[in-house]
Amino acid sequence: MPFIPHTPSEIEAMLAAIGADSIEALFDEIPTELRAPGLSALPPGVGEMEIGVELRERARQDGEPLCFIGAGAYDHHIPAAVWEIATRGEFYSAYTPYQAEASQGTLQLLYEFQTMLASLSGLDVANASLYDGASSLAEAVLMAVRANRKNSSRRVLIPRAVHPHYRQVVQSIVHNQGIELVEVPFDPRGGHTDPALLAPFADQPYAALVVPQPNFFGVLEEVDALTDWAHAHQMLAIGLVNPTALALLKPPGEWGTKGVDIACGDGQPLGAPLSSGGPYFGFMTCRMEHVRQMPGRIIGRTQDLDGKVGYTLTLQAREQHIRRSKATSNICTNQGLLATAATLYLALLGPTGLRQVATACHTNTRTLLERLTAIEGVERVFTRPVFHEALIRLPQASDEVLRALAVQEILGGYPLAAHYPELGDTVLVCATETKGAAAIDRYATHLNRILERRRTPVCTRLRPKEDPFPNP
Amino acid sequence: MLIFEHSRPARVNRAQLPPEPQQGLDDLPPELLRSTPPLLPEVSELQVVRHYTRLSQLNFSIDTHFYPLGSCTMKYNPRGANQLAMLPGFLGRHPLAPTDSHGQGLLACLYDLQEILKEVTGMKGVSLTPMAGAQGEFAGVAMIRAYHDARGDSGRSEILVPDAAHGTNPATAVMCGYRVREIPTNREGDVDLAALRQALGPQTAGIMLTNPSTLGVFERRIREIADAVHAVGGLLYYDGANLNAILGKVRPGDMGFDVIHLNLHKTFSTPHGGGGPGAGPVGVGERLLPFLPVPVVTRDNFGFHLEDESARPQSIGRLSAFYGNVGILLRAYVYARMVGREGMERVAEFATLNANYLAARLREAGFQLAFPQRRATHEFLITLSQEAKGLEVTARDFAKRLLDYGHHAPTTYFPLLVPECLLIEPTETEGKEMLDAFVEALITIREEARSMPDVVRGAPHSLPVKRLDDVKAARELDLTYRP
Repeated sequence: MPFIPHTPSEIEAMLAAIGADSIEALFDEIPTELRAPGLSALPPGVGEMEIGVELRERARQDGEPLCFIGAGAYDHHIPAAVWEIATRGEFYSAYTPYQAEASQGTLQLLYEFQTMLASLSGLDVANASLYDGASSLAEAVLMAVRANRKNSSRRVLIPRAVHPHYRQVVQSIVHNQGIELVEVPFDPRGGHTDPALLAPFADQPYAALVVPQPNFFGVLEEVDALTDWAHAHQMLAIGLVNPTALALLKPPGEWGTKGVDIACGDGQPLGAPLSSGGPYFGFMTCRMEHVRQMPGRIIGRTQDLDGKVGYTLTLQAREQHIRRSKATSNICTNQGLLATAATLYLALLGPTGLRQVATACHTNTRTLLERLTAIEGVERVFTRPVFHEALIRLPQASDEVLRALAVQEILGGYPLAAHYPELGDTVLVCATETKGAAAIDRYATHLNRILERRRTPVCTRLRPKEDPFPNP
Repeated sequence: MLIFEHSRPARVNRAQLPPEPQQGLDDLPPELLRSTPPLLPEVSELQVVRHYTRLSQLNFSIDTHFYPLGSCTMKYNPRGANQLAMLPGFLGRHPLAPTDSHGQGLLACLYDLQEILKEVTGMKGVSLTPMAGAQGEFAGVAMIRAYHDARGDSGRSEILVPDAAHGTNPATAVMCGYRVREIPTNREGDVDLAALRQALGPQTAGIMLTNPSTLGVFERRIREIADAVHAVGGLLYYDGANLNAILGKVRPGDMGFDVIHLNLHKTFSTPHGGGGPGAGPVGVGERLLPFLPVPVVTRDNFGFHLEDESARPQSIGRLSAFYGNVGILLRAYVYARMVGREGMERVAEFATLNANYLAARLREAGFQLAFPQRRATHEFLITLSQEAKGLEVTARDFAKRLLDYGHHAPTTYFPLLVPECLLIEPTETEGKEMLDAFVEALITIREEARSMPDVVRGAPHSLPVKRLDDVKAARELDLTYRP
């Protein structure tokens, strides 16, 4: 019996203490007509060794390709110490720190986490994490609607240059509360949310404007002008940011004259492996005046009976277990272990390390773009400056080219035609600090070769599933 | 001491620096750049490892302590599941990697997990994407709403919730745009059927229930409840927080529920991580299939696929940027495979045996069970109101004193309708000797409450800090370190 320690004599003694004849008798309150006949569709249990063989085979099946996809999840180096420490049982197998005196490790760590995230984003306070970047943006939108005291609008402006999946998630989460998302277009040349494009929205009340930095295309927005515009029109400004980028870029708390009201984003770049999309964590920071509208756990510093410093969950009157139907959100469990990993990651890198990682990401992307656009017919789509990610156009159908690259164990980017048909056939590419000169060279060489071979019409009758032009 | 207090200017952890960049940053507009560095510590790798190792040692956890936190199912988290979920092939896979060439292995695991959860819950379809129980609840109620809306039945404005429900239930109903109406519980711990019938009507969108309930008893008249709710056109939502008690014994689908979420970080043994990540997959019956959140893993002759909204136009949509907490789903999958067909039922049996044994021992020792006439399920409630009145020692004091005896406290003061209560859930992975030690500790604390009550009222005494001042924490907000 996996993970059940009882011996036959213990079972007997326990049943005797209960006064029951059998374990089965303990289920006698369940009406017999409801009883399940057994879980016949389930496979029988297997040992750790057997499931290990199976899972290793499946993990191997997916390969370990060279990945130039970003689009909201970034392949960073994670120091070994991060997960060595985060998977210590004392962090890994603890619950939400309801008993503060027995959870000082997690609580102090989260207080440090809040400090780091608040400082990175240039705002006063942070919560102890939300699920992921997309759902944190949804929570930020709900929070902005509650927190805006200048108008009672239930409409929020969200740029089309925000990650398409994020926009979908926000829509799924907020629409049942009668909140409407209104899309702001981007400039087709620059790829940014040009403040001039906001003019048509000036006449109507909106609760907030979302300001991404960088936006989904990697393009840098004119964040000062956008933030000031929002404030000038009685809106709150919500910054949607990449935490690695904040080592180099101006933090949202300093955008425009007053800074944003709320910042959020995905913390994945801070120590979370790609892991097919999760677990990552969402973060949220805000100005102190809005803290009572913030969703999620918040840790505060206090004292014990002897006056010794300690940490505890605080402002719980915002939360569902106290306020029930009047809570700021239904969130309960968050992504604590990922916040733990992020704290370890940021402590190991420090300000110098994080800056150097961000710099390496950006300059590697510069090199990547130079190498790729040197290939005939490959060009940048947008003219504005980017951070660590950019949109390119290929001279041939991108799905076929990407498939040919994948056969060479290179993931050459994320195609955007399905999300942005108005841009035609485009590919979002990204290089992090893990993609140095050799990796970029491999990508560029293969891309060049694939495009070259395909230019000569050897074989157009087949839509090959595999690269018809393998390496000589 | 905080990590920031170990910091020294210009201390750099060179092993973690990437190679010097080959290019400059001259392409970035200066007005968009950061002028002052963020407040991050400048410490060595050893300092980081030592600081956080020491912090970890201040925690109670399953790996170090008995953790009978009611409604939280703190069972052993198998290390094998952790190791396999962290295989490089799984950890390194990008969520947008093509699934046909670089994802069939992962999707096979997720597909199998969907099938396992369908069987365990008796549902027709499963989506794995919700990232925690509360998001699973949201998905469930949003599907109920989408179902009514799709039928043009949009006058339904109310979700019913028992007064003993988890706080997430009413909070979720409100997030889905519903009003909440509470249904009282009768003296035996069952939903008050008469009150329920009175509350039901054309305005009823659905009801959120957990069975066994948060009172630690099985809702015996669940079929009648289901029939009454269905009769007025409402749907039934099952809060899967308490599934551990009934695995393989009775299935929510067979009880008449239309939609369920599971807490994989409870029943399926994935770690709680000091507050998460969880995973809250949702299962649905026939009627709600078209509304499942996307993506959903499907299978055909060509292999496994991720179906998104283009194939499922009636879906309530996406709830996460990609497809949920995949790493947690993998851990749950490994656990489910190791436990297997017969093991699932044994989980319920031994969780129930442990809870009933503990309840019997405590009752014999003179503690008052909240529902003495009922079987315990995977958990049970005791009330310390006699002790609180007679000895002026509260449930909170008992809970804090338990920490001194090396046991994490049970859930306290929940559900709210039972005064001075402890909700105790031992789980199946604890042995008899641990349960006996816990009983002895509670007996000792009660003796202390008689002979030296101040010791109990002032507890804990042996932890890193004494009792903390929550009022000060909330009044004088100190949420970040300022040097």
